[in-house]
Amino acid sequence: MSEGRIRVLIAKPGLDGHDRGAKVLARAMRDAGFEVIYSGLRQTPEQIVSAAVQEDVDVIGLSILSGAHNHLFPRILELLEEADAEDILVIAGGVIPEEDIAGLEDLGVSRVFTPGTSTSDAIDFIRERIGA
Amino acid sequence: MRTAERDKMVEDIRAARPAGLARAISLIEDEAEGAGGLLEALHPHTGGAHVVGITGPPGSGKSTLTDRIVKHLRARGSTVGVIAVDPTSPFSGGALLGDRTRMADLATDKGVFIRSMGTRGSLGGLSRAVYGTIKVLEATEKDYVIVETVGVGQSEVDIARVADTVVVVFVPGLGDDVQAIKAGITEIGDLLVVNKADLPGASRIESTLESTLNLAPPRVEPAPKILTTSAERDEGVVDLIDMIVEHLALAKTTGLLACRRRMRAKAEITAILTRDIAKRTEISLSEPGADWYERLQDGRTTPGALAATIWRKLVIEEYEGVEDENSREASPGDRRGEHRRSHEDLL
Ligand SMILES: Nc1nc2c(ncn2[C@@H]2O[C@H](COP(=O)(O)OP(=O)(O)OP(=O)(O)O)[C@@H](O)[C@H]2O)c(=O)[nH]1
Ligand SMILES: [Mg+2]
Repeated sequence: MSEGRIRVLIAKPGLDGHDRGAKVLARAMRDAGFEVIYSGLRQTPEQIVSAAVQEDVDVIGLSILSGAHNHLFPRILELLEEADAEDILVIAGGVIPEEDIAGLEDLGVSRVFTPGTSTSDAIDFIRERIGA
Repeated sequence: MRTAERDKMVEDIRAARPAGLARAISLIEDEAEGAGGLLEALHPHTGGAHVVGITGPPGSGKSTLTDRIVKHLRARGSTVGVIAVDPTSPFSGGALLGDRTRMADLATDKGVFIRSMGTRGSLGGLSRAVYGTIKVLEATEKDYVIVETVGVGQSEVDIARVADTVVVVFVPGLGDDVQAIKAGITEIGDLLVVNKADLPGASRIESTLESTLNLAPPRVEPAPKILTTSAERDEGVVDLIDMIVEHLALAKTTGLLACRRRMRAKAEITAILTRDIAKRTEISLSEPGADWYERLQDGRTTPGALAATIWRKLVIEEYEGVEDENSREASPGDRRGEHRRSHEDLL
């Protein structure tokens, strides 16, 4: 993996129809030299994990505004484990209440970026963790 | 890569295990150590899929059309691999690969494997990645492999044109930019699709294409066929698939298929050699303390002699351990040889 480019899947689980934030992040990551697979709106956990596996990504970036994170994220992490792909780094952003963050990080979400964090924070975090 | 590791990878690919399959494609795309050996090992299992190229200008509906085609093929019981190529940014080396957004429900279908790919940039690198990925997908026994690339002309990036069947997608609203339409289409397309037929202007494009074809010089291959679709409304897609299938059947009997496959194999060999020569040249001429330039200036050597030296090193070092054809024929342990013999026994 280290020989190639960092590959990231940006996905939007949940039912909300706003992908502006996800697209801004996707573009920033492209400009940082990442290969960004953007899989679009309203993705089910099954679709996200299957796409991540097929694309052999290093990172899944989940963007969520709908408040369903406590229900969707555990499922995604569970499916990743089943798919033998728990080495994929999972990060999240969007509207996630402060009090939920610790719980999500315990589950295996590597980092939750709250609104107001700049795209470069997420990029730096990935670079640091993937080391490329 | 150790032999055991490679055997495991081949086994994962043959069993169509998604994670193993995906890692194999990355290995090939990154041209990582072991990629060449893996492709050699896969070679006996390749050649079984109908490779369909879908190309056309940005936004013409290639991915939406691919999504529809795959769904109909699945309904017919076929399995499908998709390679969706999007451009890499020349500034950052990154890429935004968005084709999956149009194929979202295919993600969980076990009979479908989709891989997005950036054009990256090294000379011939994309072709090697695409040819290699086609082989991996063929080794999983996919019935069809669809390759989506952006393009209209004969650009290096336009890999789709080496497919068994090439579909070129057009759309209304390209304005009067008829030149862009004409460029190369009579040479590359087997099927010319006017997509977005639900929008005004489709019939005008269709007649422009028709007159372009009428004016085109005769060619050995059958003249391309024109049809209209609306991928959005799923109209005309079944007809398109029927024509894709028909094209292959005809190509098999006329020898066109053999000709296409030969072209693809030739391009693949050229791409491998181009890379290896470039790599060896770079290594030889950038060695620290290399004094070839001084010797060249003193008249002690010539560019031709330097090239010959590099060439010899390439053969000795780069291809060390790779059997060439002659040794392969003679080798008693050759797997394909054994295979052939067992077939002969049957006869
Ligand atoms: N009206 C209409 N819109 C279509 C049709 N097919 C695709 N589209 C729309 O055209 C836009 C581009 O479709 P894509 O399938 O992404 O096109 P593409 O050729 O794959 O685009 P790139 O990969 O970016 O070059 C999308 O908004 C589609 O919904 C069609 O038959 N009719
Ligand atoms: Mg597309």
